[in-house]
Amino acid sequence: MRLRILDSGHSFGTKALFALIRTVSRQPVLDVVKLVKYRADFYGGPMQSVTHEAMRGPSTWSVGDRELMAAFVAQTNQCEFCTKAHAAVAQGAYRDEKKVSALLSELDTAAIEEPLRATLLMLGKLTREHVVKTDDMRAVLAAGASRQQIEDALAVCFSFNVIGRLADAFGFFVPGPKAFEAGAKYLLARGYR
Amino acid sequence: MSNIRQARKALTSRILEGEGKASPSDRRAAFNNSGLAEPLGTLVEQVARHAHRITDEDIAATRKSGLSEDQVFEIVVCAAIGQATRQYDTALAALEAATGKE
Repeated sequence: MRLRILDSGHSFGTKALFALIRTVSRQPVLDVVKLVKYRADFYGGPMQSVTHEAMRGPSTWSVGDRELMAAFVAQTNQCEFCTKAHAAVAQGAYRDEKKVSALLSELDTAAIEEPLRATLLMLGKLTREHVVKTDDMRAVLAAGASRQQIEDALAVCFSFNVIGRLADAFGFFVPGPKAFEAGAKYLLARGYR
Repeated sequence: MSNIRQARKALTSRILEGEGKASPSDRRAAFNNSGLAEPLGTLVEQVARHAHRITDEDIAATRKSGLSEDQVFEIVVCAAIGQATRQYDTALAALEAATGKE
């Protein structure tokens, strides 16, 4: 973590919470948790409301689909922390490790529903090029995604285009798979609030 | 259908208009990726365009220019949310054009 305040500038109560998390999970506290708990009224609190609604609010996309979108956006941004973190959550939600790694490595040929594939391709373009055109949206609609599904996917994309940038700018430490598995269990049980 | 409109509005107004250690004008400039003096201007552009290339030295340069860690924290947060907002708004406009719905 490139700013010391994000590593150790938390209040006494928050530090006690971190100690509890370390004891219960037997894993280090993920840097993303340290970020959202630092001066939570400025960024963490309001951002978690956005992310929780995008990732766990009502949608015809499943939780696994949305976690996959998060991992895909992160991968497009070359954010290692978020890619690993949300691939782990998507694997837990789908109960299918191979599906997620196949999708992240070969989206064009992976065995998934066309609306989801077209949506991911559009999110990838938006994330990479910062812009999409009317024709890009027509292609997603033609593949069978509804307008509402596209809006829901854009909400996921918004959240992870924020979080991935912060992970890379602040230099999140990338831990081993066990820490991400523990984080994934928490996110599947409790969501983002 | 998920709806992040209210939550996103609350987030944006908090980071731009609420209390902070960085000035409201600097936070707004970081959000807009426009009009910041160096070295902040370069850092904000990196956050917006290729955050994965940011190094320890890039962050250290902003600290050496006299900014506190809290100020750098706020500026980076505003830059990230600003860029994600521009992407989101552009995409929603394209979707509206494709569906012909307001």
